[in-house]
Amino acid sequence: MPDWQKWRKIKYEAELDPGFADKIASIPGGEKLFKCIQCGTCSGMCPLSPDMDYTPRQIIAMIRAGFKKEVLSSHTCWLCASCYACTVECPKEIKITDIMYAAKRLAIQEKVYPKRFAIPVLAREFFNGVKRQGRSNESFLLTRLYLKTNPLQLFKQAFLGLQLFYRGRMSLKLESIEHKNELKALLNSLEKEPLMKSKTGTPVATGEGAR
Amino acid sequence: MSYLYFPGCSLKSTGRGYEESILPVFEALQMPVKELNDWNCCGATAYMSINELTAFALSARNLALAEKQNPDSRSETVNLMAPCAGCYLVLNKTERYLKEFPDIRKKISDSLKSANLEYKGKVKVRHPLDILVNDFGTDKLSKQVKNPLRGLKIACYYGCQIVRPYAEFDDQHNPITMDRLMQAIGATTVDWPLKTRCCGGSLTGTIQDVGLRLSYIILREAKKRGADLVATACPLCQFNLECFQNKMGRLYHDEVNMPVFYFSQLIGLALGIPAKKLAMERSFVPLKTSDMAKIMEGGTNVRS
Repeated sequence: MPDWQKWRKIKYEAELDPGFADKIASIPGGEKLFKCIQCGTCSGMCPLSPDMDYTPRQIIAMIRAGFKKEVLSSHTCWLCASCYACTVECPKEIKITDIMYAAKRLAIQEKVYPKRFAIPVLAREFFNGVKRQGRSNESFLLTRLYLKTNPLQLFKQAFLGLQLFYRGRMSLKLESIEHKNELKALLNSLEKEPLMKSKTGTPVATGEGAR
Repeated sequence: MSYLYFPGCSLKSTGRGYEESILPVFEALQMPVKELNDWNCCGATAYMSINELTAFALSARNLALAEKQNPDSRSETVNLMAPCAGCYLVLNKTERYLKEFPDIRKKISDSLKSANLEYKGKVKVRHPLDILVNDFGTDKLSKQVKNPLRGLKIACYYGCQIVRPYAEFDDQHNPITMDRLMQAIGATTVDWPLKTRCCGGSLTGTIQDVGLRLSYIILREAKKRGADLVATACPLCQFNLECFQNKMGRLYHDEVNMPVFYFSQLIGLALGIPAKKLAMERSFVPLKTSDMAKIMEGGTNVRS
């Protein structure tokens, strides 16, 4: 097979997940997903689309077609820096940034995000840190991130850390709130809530069994 | 009018210069500001990536606390000032979603109840740019200027989240509030198209090559347009643009050397507050001595 054809993969209709688009569209205001005209404005506006494996326009088309595995394991949603450039320019008012968030959440829920990729790890470490302390602490957060992904980075960034420390911009004190129990009660009460609901209102099942 | 102040995590660590300049400026302008007691993290972009409802709940707690601690008993709405662009957007988005989607409102108010809190929807999330331009006024500001920054060319960089996705107080494509403030304190502003282009956000910490390129594009453009410095209104933008200039220099074979300050530090300088009290020494790239001299001479040394 010639080289330029090798990247082509055949996907059969039976391998698609027909309910995937509904799951993503269940976010508040997400039903506009189905109005996409594939104009590509989002991909053109996105400052990161050159680095993505699929551009935002492709991701929207793939979500609607049911390419669940490809969408959730792609780097696209993790590269999104939430600058909302796509969202404000979309002629159909699709909340593309929020759709990227939904894809991130599903990818974590189904554990299919790219392995050893720093961004999902950062999100999880941030999540857990804030849950414990009520506030985020940048030096602890980054140390944990680099330990979990690439410990070499710890040495590479050490100089920057020192410079920040010298200027009083990085502290070793763990910031936290006073009423941690209040926050705990607040977050725990939502813990049982399903992350996303499908159209019928039943919680989204996880894993392969969902199909 | 008095304001509640939501610092956010960044303004207590890497973005300390922002807090340490915005508070003296508001004090000098006699605008009373009170820090929100026991505020928690707004959730930033990371929380939304894990769980949507808890992300809203985190912000809702702050909104509920703000309502409880209303500093102005005469006024119905509580003005919550969030200088960090990330906090500003997340709090604002939560406020809007709670109004727009009854389903979310119900779930969040139930969970607030379990923490003995309540939110009635009276908080208005405000950015200091909005407060200074619309509540205080640029005319009044220019009257209080002691050291006009005349001759200083400033590229105002707004970043993403102040104007996107909600343009509450400024134009979405060509915001001008910061430009107006900088002109009010005597500086010249640079007309450039990258005012709201993404600086890379947290990518500089995760996938650095990608993040650095985005920041470099902005700095290079500012330099090309002849700016002496870049003014920002977001702690993450300031960090990204300033702290990696050495690395950018090595990567792109271009010595960037562009000072990046918070707009509040520049206003403070113009109001005659000493640089030390505005945390200017916390910066990596100092103002050029010639530019500093211009400020100190009160703008007599005007560049032709």
